[in-house]
Amino acid sequence: MKNVKVYGPGCARCESTAEMVRQAAEKLGVVVEVEKVSDAKSIAMAGVMSTPGISIDGKLVHAGGLPDAARLEGWLSA
Amino acid sequence: MTAETRTFPPYRLPGWAWHLALVAAVAAWVLVYRQLSPLAEAMTALLPVARDSHAGEAIAFFLYDVPKVMMLLTLIVFVMGVVRSWFSPEKTRALLSGRREGVGNVMSAGLGILTPFCSCSAVPLFIGFVSAGVPLGVTFSFLIAAPMVNEVALVLLFGLVGWTVALTYLAFGLGIAIVAGFVIGKLRLEGWLQDWVREINAGTAAPPEDDAPTLVGRYKLGIRAVREIVAKVWVWILLGIGIGALIHGYVPEALMARIMGADAWWSVPAAVLIGIPMYTNAAGVIPIVEALLGKGAALGTVLAFMMSVIALSLPEMIILRQVLTLRLIAVFVGVVASGILTVGFLFNAIF
Repeated sequence: MKNVKVYGPGCARCESTAEMVRQAAEKLGVVVEVEKVSDAKSIAMAGVMSTPGISIDGKLVHAGGLPDAARLEGWLSA
Repeated sequence: MTAETRTFPPYRLPGWAWHLALVAAVAAWVLVYRQLSPLAEAMTALLPVARDSHAGEAIAFFLYDVPKVMMLLTLIVFVMGVVRSWFSPEKTRALLSGRREGVGNVMSAGLGILTPFCSCSAVPLFIGFVSAGVPLGVTFSFLIAAPMVNEVALVLLFGLVGWTVALTYLAFGLGIAIVAGFVIGKLRLEGWLQDWVREINAGTAAPPEDDAPTLVGRYKLGIRAVREIVAKVWVWILLGIGIGALIHGYVPEALMARIMGADAWWSVPAAVLIGIPMYTNAAGVIPIVEALLGKGAALGTVLAFMMSVIALSLPEMIILRQVLTLRLIAVFVGVVASGILTVGFLFNAIF
């Protein structure tokens, strides 16, 4: 199982990002646990300066704006 | 999955087709743009109202201004979307970290315009900058310039008021960001950050550099920016220009000139004060700007109001409260407000 963290203060884009992660995982048949991190301190500690950010199993893969769907699938299946 | 398909979604069109399409689109844009005024007149003539009546005036104004502003917005937002694809907060931070005040403030304000930024990530960005050694004053220059000097505000000013005003707004907006950041830096207020911000060592684990997008990939980012921004602001623009059209046709000029005109010195501070609790983006403030200008308010007063609404907002201060002490927020507001006051008075004196 992959642990996916979505970093963001709770804006509309962060919600869509979390939803995109779930959908991509379902499509690929990857089991994921999506965790939303909305506390500013934790977001900054993770090195995210523009939200939404995504980390997979502790590794930051994306920051700023909605992720590209094809790339997201790439990260999830890596 | 191979590395190739992961770089970006597969292109249906080859690169040269995109370049060609772009050139064709720009040419079409120029052609249509130059015909907007005769088109608006022709469409007004089709309606059963006299051209020189109040309704005729208002309709012609609306039919000309709406397409004009929307076209300008589309073009400029696209260009900025493409330009911003070369910048990121991580690169900006690397450029600014350890930079000395002065030069740092100038660079920071400039990068504030070019770096993709959303005010919802102001706090993580602030922490990221400060903990990577970007001086506090330089960080503030960025945080002031980024929301205040943006392409939506500039396009609307250019389209509705004129290019001299748009350029002056750009220059003074940058000026305020540079000077306010410089002053805050000189005051040495690092001790007024919240304690945990000074101790935190924010991760600098930047996400892996995106494989440099191709030119076509950058076009796509520009198109995405157009979709996002135009979807967000078109209602406000219609509303603003609609109100403007009514004023244009019906309200006698100089109705408010005495209250908000250049002669009433107190109108500038009043505009700044009223602007602080209001929170909206550049597009949302346009209906008000349009209405005020139409009623004969002085330009400096209106711009001071606009800058105050955009750059000093209560919700943003509440967000920044997480990282700044109240004293530091007070200094921030005081310095920026003084800058806006100066700009307001200068504009009233010049124009």
